[in-house]
Amino acid sequence: MQRIGVFVCHCGTNIAATVDVKAVAEALGHEPGVVISQDYQYMCSESGQNLVKDAIKEHDLGGVVICSCSPRMHENTFRKAAASAGLNPYLVEIANIREQCSWIHKDIATATEKAIILGKAAIAKVHLNTPLTSMESPVVKRALVIGGGIAGIQTALDIAEAGFDVDIVEKQPTIGGKMAQIDKTFPTLDCAACILTPKMVEASQNEHITIHSFSEVEDVKGFVGNFTVKIRKKARYVDETKCTGCGLCTEKCPMKKVPNEFNMGLDNRSAVYIPFAQAVPKVATIDPNYCMMLKNGKCGVCSKVCSVGAIDYKQQDRIIEEKYGAIVVATGFNPIKLDKYDEFAYNQCPDVVTSLELERLMNAAGPNGGTLLRPSDKTHPHTIVFVQCVGSRCDDSKGKPYCSKICCMYTAKHAMLIREKYPDTEVYVFYIDVRTPGKNFDEFYRRAVEQYNVHYIKGMVGKVTPKSDGKIGVQASDLLSNEQLHIDADMVVLAVAIEPDKTARPLATMLTTQMDTNDFFTEAHPKLRPVESATAGIFLSGACQGPKDIPETVAQGSAAAAKAIGLLCKNSITCNPCTAHSNELMCNGCSSCEKVCPYGAITYIDKEFRMPDRTTAIRRVASVNPAVCQGCGACTVACPSGAMDLSGFSNSQIMAEVDAICK
Amino acid sequence: MQVNENKEFQPLIVAFCCNWCSYAGADLSGTNRLNYPTNVKIIRVPCSCRVNPMFILRAFQRGADGVILCGCHPGDCHYTSGNYFTRRRMTLLFSMLDFLGIERDRTRVEWVSAAEGAKFAATMNEFTEAVRKLGPNRRLEDLRCRKQ
Ligand SMILES: Cc1cc2nc3c(=O)[nH]c(=O)nc-3n(C[C@H](O)[C@H](O)[C@H](O)COP(=O)(O)OP(=O)(O)OC[C@H]3O[C@@H](n4cnc5c(N)ncnc54)[C@H](O)[C@@H]3O)c2cc1C
Ligand code: FES
Repeated sequence: MQRIGVFVCHCGTNIAATVDVKAVAEALGHEPGVVISQDYQYMCSESGQNLVKDAIKEHDLGGVVICSCSPRMHENTFRKAAASAGLNPYLVEIANIREQCSWIHKDIATATEKAIILGKAAIAKVHLNTPLTSMESPVVKRALVIGGGIAGIQTALDIAEAGFDVDIVEKQPTIGGKMAQIDKTFPTLDCAACILTPKMVEASQNEHITIHSFSEVEDVKGFVGNFTVKIRKKARYVDETKCTGCGLCTEKCPMKKVPNEFNMGLDNRSAVYIPFAQAVPKVATIDPNYCMMLKNGKCGVCSKVCSVGAIDYKQQDRIIEEKYGAIVVATGFNPIKLDKYDEFAYNQCPDVVTSLELERLMNAAGPNGGTLLRPSDKTHPHTIVFVQCVGSRCDDSKGKPYCSKICCMYTAKHAMLIREKYPDTEVYVFYIDVRTPGKNFDEFYRRAVEQYNVHYIKGMVGKVTPKSDGKIGVQASDLLSNEQLHIDADMVVLAVAIEPDKTARPLATMLTTQMDTNDFFTEAHPKLRPVESATAGIFLSGACQGPKDIPETVAQGSAAAAKAIGLLCKNSITCNPCTAHSNELMCNGCSSCEKVCPYGAITYIDKEFRMPDRTTAIRRVASVNPAVCQGCGACTVACPSGAMDLSGFSNSQIMAEVDAICK
Repeated sequence: MQVNENKEFQPLIVAFCCNWCSYAGADLSGTNRLNYPTNVKIIRVPCSCRVNPMFILRAFQRGADGVILCGCHPGDCHYTSGNYFTRRRMTLLFSMLDFLGIERDRTRVEWVSAAEGAKFAATMNEFTEAVRKLGPNRRLEDLRCRKQ
């Protein structure tokens, strides 16, 4: 039996007004094992804590019960006090007689009675408490950034700036993300390449940054401070270390009919390619779906022209394994597919394009060298209709329920750029609402309307029909004048909704992080912890967490970096000692616990046991990694043989509380 | 269980609350001074999925008249998926208890977030009333455990 001290707090009158604290102290003093029971005005005050500390020493206490406010308030205070008096902090229990007793009840008699019962339950529990020690787990001083868009680049640069090594894993052959495809950026209209490409180069030249392009995360194990990540470096059939990016192979490659994904399929590239001139790393990649050498062994032109011998048709995917202390997810977004939107004739008519395609059509490095021409007949369009909210803010199953946030602004940008460059072109924008919160955003939109005479029409486009004369019939309603409109357009531009990358969900499963129903990563707290995921050591950056424009993306990228740096600065982290453990003698290795563990903390080991007949037997038993276990207790209930238990909330402790309450 | 003379029956209610949402919700109803009956005694568990059916059976055996289990809202569990286990386990347990004669109204699972102090208090008021109507639980009670 433990020697237990009970300390009842008045909390001024907060408790004492409705609970007879003296009676509580008196009654609990008679409980088995209690050697001292005292009450005091403010137990959490300096002198109150000293009272507890002195009693621990004087009475050689093996357990302490504080009847006071919620453990969420002062559990740590009293644990620290106990520790400083030489008692293991986990031998302290709190009976919550303020929030869950004095503050909710009015009748002194019944409230006092309840407080005594809560005290008894805490005493019953503390009898079974065992000393626990927090483990220290070392922090690997290296970070992983998944996704090399502007978000990932910014995060990596900031982490590197603080002096830590950081790896970027990018699934495309180059970093840059969507921003590399954009022409000019709102609200300042500076060219995206001019502000992005220097950052890409900076990342590639930074001694702390390693870029794994054309690579994907294959497997993540471990926990905060100590992740082990397998990265698949996909075969690009070109030796990255030798390729100088001269581009001769791309010129000479005879297979030139490959849809160019960087230009949204609006023109073609060769089978061996460098996505764009400023790609980082500037290394060629062979597309095995089109390369004739890889498909049927006939060609080999690129290998012949390559002066450094970088082409390697036999290259295979490579898996590398690295250790990281922190992981930042920056997997960005994609425009949604338009298969379900037949009314906009996107699949029938080449002159109905998405906004991202328009970015490429207007880009000086795009398929038309920056001259806006219709994809179908390469003529100059005189009437352009923009349709906003295609697939955004939909309440049907076709689209997305949320606002994609960036479309209002980039449509205003497109309209303005077109009117600026081609004043003879009429531009119509159909909108549901124009949403332009943001610094200088509304001014920007008003400039499009007032200065550039873009026709903004509140209304929905009902149907888009390609006509035989090459025009596109746009049927729409003007909600303000309540009229039906028919516009013969030369081009239609759809501002399509954006959604998270398709790889985000499998990645979230690997990382054991949470996602919302739209597959955006969920932050640990929507207001107060916006860049952390609920899983310790995993941070969120950019549009993978929700639709964002570039300024917001960069801000979040830097914030995620700051959080990651905060973690990497530590040499070790203290783990919660209230973790699960299995009684190996009872465990039968059935795997039930492993299946319910959300953290992958449980593994199986083969262990030698001495049998009663003096032989040894090897049995498979569960083993919990205390650094990974978060202490939820799911496994304790799943275990059919009752072998799993949770320190700090053990079966016997909770049972003892139940008994004490029901006595 | 407690029946004072001339007084209404006072059921004994055991409430298991997960540390992250419901226990905080219970604290909040205290902070907001929202009343609920003293009949309810709360036991803190890390997650609703820590509650072993054994604990609930034990409570009934020892004379509890109702047991309520509170956790974070589905999707909000601090440990990602704990409350989904709770939901499934308790569906099974409660239907078995119903079969044994522990009426459905004596058992309950409720999702209470840390912000729902008012919901916590309202739930406890309702639940206590429901159990009060059913009268004392004698089905699973072990008479040897009964208070003299
Ligand atoms: C048409 C259009 C015009 C726009 N114009 C503007 C503008 O003018 N001004 C402005 O502020 N914003 C604009 N935006 C928004 C801007 O593009 C985004 O804010 C920005 O690109 C978000 O950056 P990101 O890094 O989060 O995502 P992304 O740019 O999408 O980058 C994500 C990167 O991660 C990679 N990736 C994804 N999954 C994985 C994986 N599993 N493993 C490895 N790598 C992965 C992707 O290949 C990509 O390189 C525009 C957007 C569109 C669609
Ligand atoms: S932590 Fe509240 S239900 Fe899991």
